[in-house]
Amino acid sequence: MESFWDWFRALYNATGINLPIFYDAFDRRRFISGFLMTIKLSAICIIASVLIGIVGAWLQGSRLRVTRNLVHWYIQFFRNTPPLVQIYFFYFGIGSLLSVTNPAGTVVPLVSNVMWAIVSLSFFAGAFNVEIFRSGIEAVPKTTIEAAESLGFSRMRAYLFIVLPLAFRICLPGLNNNLVNLVKTTTLAYAIAVPEMLYVSSQIWSDALNVPEMMNVLLVAYFLLVGSLVWVMHRWERAIRVPGFGT
Amino acid sequence: MFKNIVSLVATAMVLGAFGATVANADVLSDIKKKGVLVVGTKADYRPFGYLDPSGKIVGLEPDLAADVAKRLGVKLELVPVVASNRIQFLQQGKIDLMIATTSDTPERRKIVDFIDPNYYGSGTNVLAPKSAKLASWADLKSKKVCLIQGAFYNKELQEKYGVEGVAFPGTAEAYAALRNGNCVAFAYDDTAIVGEMLKPEWSAYEMPLDTILFVPWGIATKQGEKDLVDFMAKTSVDWHKTGFIQQLEKKWGVKATKFGQDMNAKYK
Repeated sequence: MESFWDWFRALYNATGINLPIFYDAFDRRRFISGFLMTIKLSAICIIASVLIGIVGAWLQGSRLRVTRNLVHWYIQFFRNTPPLVQIYFFYFGIGSLLSVTNPAGTVVPLVSNVMWAIVSLSFFAGAFNVEIFRSGIEAVPKTTIEAAESLGFSRMRAYLFIVLPLAFRICLPGLNNNLVNLVKTTTLAYAIAVPEMLYVSSQIWSDALNVPEMMNVLLVAYFLLVGSLVWVMHRWERAIRVPGFGT
Repeated sequence: MFKNIVSLVATAMVLGAFGATVANADVLSDIKKKGVLVVGTKADYRPFGYLDPSGKIVGLEPDLAADVAKRLGVKLELVPVVASNRIQFLQQGKIDLMIATTSDTPERRKIVDFIDPNYYGSGTNVLAPKSAKLASWADLKSKKVCLIQGAFYNKELQEKYGVEGVAFPGTAEAYAALRNGNCVAFAYDDTAIVGEMLKPEWSAYEMPLDTILFVPWGIATKQGEKDLVDFMAKTSVDWHKTGFIQQLEKKWGVKATKFGQDMNAKYK
């Protein structure tokens, strides 16, 4: 295995293309951990933001004005502000207020920076998802909902078994767009020192001074990551297509 | 018709890209021709380079830059830089000279040219709350330590001393994280920590450990600029001979370093 990594050291000596993420064990380990952290952030934020979207779209149709306003202001706040500003607000602003004193006597924050990144990015993407799900829900014909009501479905059961499946298939392309955006937006977590791929690459290129090589590695890595997400979503789109409904 | 227009535009862009690689005349004659010396300095490192209340960059290093501009007879333009972009700015030609608290290491010498003799030096130490009771570098093993992205000691602290590094793009974020308790200590240059501890908000903090990794600082130019390097080398020798740096230390309230006194004696 060592001889495989040493080939990259020979490449550096011969051509000057410096890729320590292959031949240096320390850099290799931290780049892989950065890649896994990006995958972990993306996966958790995708699931959380989709759940927020479903719940938010449900609350938007509520009869109570309070809940409708709550969802409206949540969307306004998280859509109208830049995600980086939101991350700083949560980590430095709210994070400084939530501190506990541990037994050793030092003050530590209650929520770690990875948690804040997940919370902030999930809320950010969730706000967009609420509107995306709303577009899908409003596209379900009124006649279908009336038919469900006449068959005795309660509002929640109609939402879960009739409206949501149809709405989901309609809004899936828009949802894919937002999830792809979310995966790329996880790079903003580097500003609060979350060890995801961009942060780790920035450390590596500061130590080894190989900015062009690391930039290219990053491009290829994100292209592969986002490309596989898009491929999976496309397969899913085709698999759950209802023949004769929509396209 | 449309296909012809598209291919014409594409050819023009490709040819334009070739023509855009201008032959680089050397930087020193460019500076004299333009009449402006562009120097990259820190804007967040009191008192070597920081922003005064009016927003101007002032400090010990801007004063050094002003002296260089005076010797060349040109105007001075200061560009604020941080550790993670200063070398890249120099390579791209955004700045002609870099006087930005940069440690002179062999890895960096492969990429840029440093001026000999070095003008200053510092070692690495930590700013930690007194309640943390740190006594040696071994106490930091597996503890969260705030770092600055781009600093040369980050890899050694993480590899050799086993610290869990939390690196921020700028010092403001790192100091805020230290105050909130996101890390148990902040590893930075001892000169910067001493300057920061003069502020009253850090009264509960100390610099408890031994300073390690003393590395001289260097002024840097783009690689291969022989004329500029020679001029700066003469300037640097003159600074040590006349004790100019010691005068600036007194002016900005920096504790006189042994490095400065040694260099002063050597070149007198």
